[in-house]
Amino acid sequence: MTPTARTVAIRDGAVTFRMLTDGHGPDLVYFHSFHDRGNGWPELLARLAERFTVHAPFHPGVQGSEGVDHLDDVVDLGLAYDEMLAAMRIESAFLVGHFFGAMAAAELASICPGRARKIALLSPLGLWLDDKPLADVLALPAADLDALLWSGASSAAASRWRTLPESEEENVAAQIEQIQRLSAMGKFVWPIPDKGLQKRLHRLTAPALILWGSGDRVNPPAYSAEFARYIADATVRELPGGHMLHLESPDAVARAVTEFFSYAPGN
Amino acid sequence: MKICFFHLMPYRFLPEGFQDDYRSVWVDVPRSLYDAGKVHGLYNEFLDELEHAERVGFDGLCVNEHHQNAYGLMPSPNLMAAALTRRTSTAALIVLGNSLALYNPPVRVAEEFAMLDVLSGGRLVAGFPVGTSMDTNFAYGVNPATLRERYYEAHDLVMQAWTRPDTFAFNGKYTQLRYVNLWPRPLQEPHPPVWIPGGGSLETWEWTAKLDYVYCYLSYYGYKRGKTTMDGFWNALETAGVDDNPYRAGFLQLVCVAPTDADAERDYFEHVDYFYQKCLHVWEGFAEAPGYRTLKTLQAGVRPQIGDVARKTRQSLDWKKYLDQGYVIAGSPATVREQLTDCIQKLRVGHLMVLLQIGSMPKELCLQNTELFGKEVLPHLRDLWPGYTDRWWPSGAGMNGGARA
Repeated sequence: MTPTARTVAIRDGAVTFRMLTDGHGPDLVYFHSFHDRGNGWPELLARLAERFTVHAPFHPGVQGSEGVDHLDDVVDLGLAYDEMLAAMRIESAFLVGHFFGAMAAAELASICPGRARKIALLSPLGLWLDDKPLADVLALPAADLDALLWSGASSAAASRWRTLPESEEENVAAQIEQIQRLSAMGKFVWPIPDKGLQKRLHRLTAPALILWGSGDRVNPPAYSAEFARYIADATVRELPGGHMLHLESPDAVARAVTEFFSYAPGN
Repeated sequence: MKICFFHLMPYRFLPEGFQDDYRSVWVDVPRSLYDAGKVHGLYNEFLDELEHAERVGFDGLCVNEHHQNAYGLMPSPNLMAAALTRRTSTAALIVLGNSLALYNPPVRVAEEFAMLDVLSGGRLVAGFPVGTSMDTNFAYGVNPATLRERYYEAHDLVMQAWTRPDTFAFNGKYTQLRYVNLWPRPLQEPHPPVWIPGGGSLETWEWTAKLDYVYCYLSYYGYKRGKTTMDGFWNALETAGVDDNPYRAGFLQLVCVAPTDADAERDYFEHVDYFYQKCLHVWEGFAEAPGYRTLKTLQAGVRPQIGDVARKTRQSLDWKKYLDQGYVIAGSPATVREQLTDCIQKLRVGHLMVLLQIGSMPKELCLQNTELFGKEVLPHLRDLWPGYTDRWWPSGAGMNGGARA
């Protein structure tokens, strides 16, 4: 299967979402992480597309999605995603996101609770504990970051991730893409990612799976209890793995998410 | 030609091996390395050095703003400029400057600069840097994605506060003020000259050209490398249809003068090395937050002066390399005269700023450097750029030596 690319515009074209779509079944929207590099269709999405129609938009300012300058803060971003779904004529969907993407999904589901049928938050960003600071992912140089992201530095996912194109032109383009991507998402969380999600999370009424890699060295698993504290219907699960669980263990993550989304009490 | 004495106010007591044992001189430099008693002495020595520079004939004295670092102990250059207003009488006071996006509300800058201008009798040059990423994004927490937009908006607010005749409302994206009404207002009309220190970003060149400001390239990598940047600046001006008056440009150069070339190496090497190896030892992670540089500048391949790439460039530099690469112009007065003349002409700068207090240099050596420069070098550079008018010089600054235009 090859995902189809398209662009969805909102606000008279001031903000556009380039997205990839593939699969069959109910709609599922995947929100990308800070460190999702490459073609925008990681293995996890191929797995999920076996059971869902997966839409994976790039955040504004990333990989052809435009209009980050038009968005002032994370609430504005949440509203933009609500408008994106309206433009796609999707009433409600299953929402999945990793780290920054999970924060965006949680914002959308808090601001517009009706948009989420169920939600899976993988190592979500958006809260802050003074005694458990996250790694400074917007500052760490590539090598230092690389040392924290993975549970096994030699995993195939890790080597794929760190391999940059060899030709100088493509290499420079990849580095610029990296800076732009971090800059576009960083705009909403600089310098500390506590931007009010805590006081909005009580509005998130959809059943929520909080999924964490037990060895996450970027975003401490201790935050899972915090998310569960504020979300009414939350289930916390840990899987063996590091921060980049979604790339390192796509099968396990896809299984956990699919089970959670498919499980319907009383049916 | 205007020649100005630039001071960074470095902390000179970083331990041997600092660059190996600690990750950064900026942002999270350990406070265990800081000694307030020593800094009391340093501040007073630094002010002595600046005052001495006026006495030996410098046209202007430059101070600047940096935060949370041992590279420059001057979070508020305005305080230092205020001290200088009372102990100097003719030199231009060049504050390079206040990082506009860091002030809330930014009318604070308009007010303090107005106070300095009035207090000094119209000797102020108002510098508006964006500020380094370490200062703005990391030490002050300003969002890199909106830093420049904040900066431009704050600039507009300050200029309006200085020039609009009546109380006005300012409805900005970042600052909303129902009543703006500056008291005091600057002495210079319509406002102090504006200089923009920059690191070589393309947007800044176009912007300074449009607004008729001075562009200052503050580089630590010398005039040989600075030529590329200054050529870019002059090309941008030509494209914008602006004249090539050299007084539109400023350039910073490290200079060491000694009786002979050999004396220069003996006296200055350790202090120059301290500056490059310790004072510029910035952790790569703090060098440039994502979004600090615009896409356009990234694509043009402009590299920061600090961080990992710059460190590799600096490593294992010896005296000869510092000189050959032009990082430092050093030697006998004749050597320095010759090279500085070349620098000024090649870069086409009307405002030369020299850094004579470098790294760990003690006061006596700084005074010697300043004295030799003032007596043996400065008079020989005076008459460069005849026929050009410096429209960017503060009206209240005295012309040392009388008849110079």
